[in-house]
Amino acid sequence: MDFFSDLSWLLPAPADFRKQCDSLTTTSGPLGRTVRTLATHALNEKQLGRLSRVISELSSGGADLSSLTPFRLGVIGNGTLDLIVPTLTASAARHGILLHSVQAEFGQTIQEALDPASGINRARPDAVLLCIDYRALPNLTTPQGITDAVTMIRTMREGFRRNGGAFSIVPTFAPPAESLFGSLDRAQPQSVRGAIDGLNRELAADVAKSSDVLFDVAALAETVGLANWHSPAQWNMAKLPFSATYLPLFADHVGRLIGAMRGKSRRCMILDLDNTLWGGVIGDDGIDGIKLAQGDAVGEAFLDVQRMALMLRGRGVVLAVSSKNTDAVARGPFQRHPEMLLREKHFAVFQANWNDKATNIKAIAETLSLGLESMVFVDDNPVERGLVREILPQVAIPELGDDPALYARAVLSAGYFETVAFLEEDRNRADLYQTNADRVALRDQAGDVEAYLATLKMEIVFAPFDSTGRARISQLINKSNQFNLTTRRYDEVAVEQLGKAPAVFTLQVRLIDVFGDNGMISVVICKPRDAKTWEIDTWLMSCRVLGRRVELMVLREILANAAANGIERVMGVYLPTDRNAMVRDHYEKLGFSRAGQPGDGSAEWWTIAADTEIEAPPMTVRRSAHDTLVPA
Amino acid sequence: MASDTDTIFLKLNPILQECFDDDDIIATPELQANDVEGWDSLAHVRLILHIERAFKIHFSASEVTSFKNVGDLAHAIKAKT
Repeated sequence: MDFFSDLSWLLPAPADFRKQCDSLTTTSGPLGRTVRTLATHALNEKQLGRLSRVISELSSGGADLSSLTPFRLGVIGNGTLDLIVPTLTASAARHGILLHSVQAEFGQTIQEALDPASGINRARPDAVLLCIDYRALPNLTTPQGITDAVTMIRTMREGFRRNGGAFSIVPTFAPPAESLFGSLDRAQPQSVRGAIDGLNRELAADVAKSSDVLFDVAALAETVGLANWHSPAQWNMAKLPFSATYLPLFADHVGRLIGAMRGKSRRCMILDLDNTLWGGVIGDDGIDGIKLAQGDAVGEAFLDVQRMALMLRGRGVVLAVSSKNTDAVARGPFQRHPEMLLREKHFAVFQANWNDKATNIKAIAETLSLGLESMVFVDDNPVERGLVREILPQVAIPELGDDPALYARAVLSAGYFETVAFLEEDRNRADLYQTNADRVALRDQAGDVEAYLATLKMEIVFAPFDSTGRARISQLINKSNQFNLTTRRYDEVAVEQLGKAPAVFTLQVRLIDVFGDNGMISVVICKPRDAKTWEIDTWLMSCRVLGRRVELMVLREILANAAANGIERVMGVYLPTDRNAMVRDHYEKLGFSRAGQPGDGSAEWWTIAADTEIEAPPMTVRRSAHDTLVPA
Repeated sequence: MASDTDTIFLKLNPILQECFDDDDIIATPELQANDVEGWDSLAHVRLILHIERAFKIHFSASEVTSFKNVGDLAHAIKAKT
């Protein structure tokens, strides 16, 4: 596993990738978005080749790929191009480009540029990718070497411009992994490494003066390590200019550059809050409890995420928030936490509510008058990412992995904000989008959430309180503030007694889905009020599984057990605190009727018949022993 | 630890099929480049790179040019794993 060669910020390729490729050729209608979505996986060289072939077939067969922008690319180089070129079309599709490549004969570089009748020039490409490396510059270490190299490359660029009407994508040069003098190389242009250092700087300055585009191959090679990038064996065997391991990475970088040239770069980054911008859940842990501090390894990681967001904003990327939270609670850290780098003023839209994120992201895009194709969505929760991918496939969503320390790297390595020119007005662009960081009105729900939930293959596991779960049950009871109807606290001893009391019904709930085991996510305690009535003393749930219909399934379980125990009515009470406003309508939404409220507003009582039919949401149920067993 | 030759052939099957885009290819010791459509020098390089990655081994240039058939290849893999 290697972060860069595996394109770890992308979703792994689907198991039926080949089948999905094949089925593209038999599908009619607009295919651009499907192609782009399929390309937006971590594809290996072989898979890129396959998808590239399919795209080219579709394109020549007249399929509707109109959502992709056509681009003709000439490719020349001093090494073997045959392995590089087949990976480019699929990689470019990932960045919204329908690429058609024309490849020069092996080793033809200057000749292709200067001959108006060369294959490349006759193809009239939009741009020519110069795949040349230091081995194309044998005289680089001579006194005039650097100047000669810059001149030679300029001759090529001018040739393609004059004879092919194309601009050039000009590489920097990856230094070899081997040194000549040792550390002195850096100051010694008589070494290849020293000369390349000088050449890259001159080249960057020379290209910046033109409308050609620089491709910083040297930075790419240094990122993965020069000793990995250069494979002497593969060069000797087949003149591969860099190790085949990095073909997908190289191709993606070509794709993102071309995407940037055609205005496909993303412009807005939408951030989740809990466990994305800070460690922990603000609604439960509170301002003092979230992890966000220097000197704390976890807290530092989240500060890095904030630092990244601020730097991006400084270069014109618009920031927005989409969080499942109560608005006032979510804003707390931005207003009062001393370590926060991000403040409310940095966000163009601040969207904290309990709706699904697809609906929220759509509203954010509409408020900013930016297309969904301009959006990047950063969220630590794979279920939220999956939902938005399903409903809004145009939004770019990096995979974040398990370690917050790599969140910033994942976002920045994906190249969402690749830019070929930076103007003064870009610097302040984020300000132009600044509204009052108000919440925006929500439109209709953005898509079929139900259908997505069904794909999660959720399995809910019910069990009474037991000794194994006791510590976690007690922790949840004492920590949960938001989805907590009564906020009653019980220590472990009390939890043990409740579990053993014959008249008390207890429930611990786990949820497992395709992304893994979410652990214990809900706790319920029902106490008898009289012979025919249960009172829900405690009902809490982790906000991480909000919007998954878990509460419906839990209610079914409560009612079934109540009925099995000869209970006729179940009563619920909502005790308002300053943290649990999100469950104010909990019982009403579940179909309870109002059963009274004292004048001081301190409690709201609700009631439901134990034989009420509740429609089962899409999940399977597993139970471990209750005293009174209920059929599954 | 030397791998079992049968295991090597089993592992070679999908690599060959994938490389030459032909699900009917069966890795046999006698199979050689002339028998497979598209097995030219470039495809050979591709195949070697795939095998190197799949078996986590490395072939020298002289080895790469010396394989006459899949049997030779499997033999070399066996010696390295």
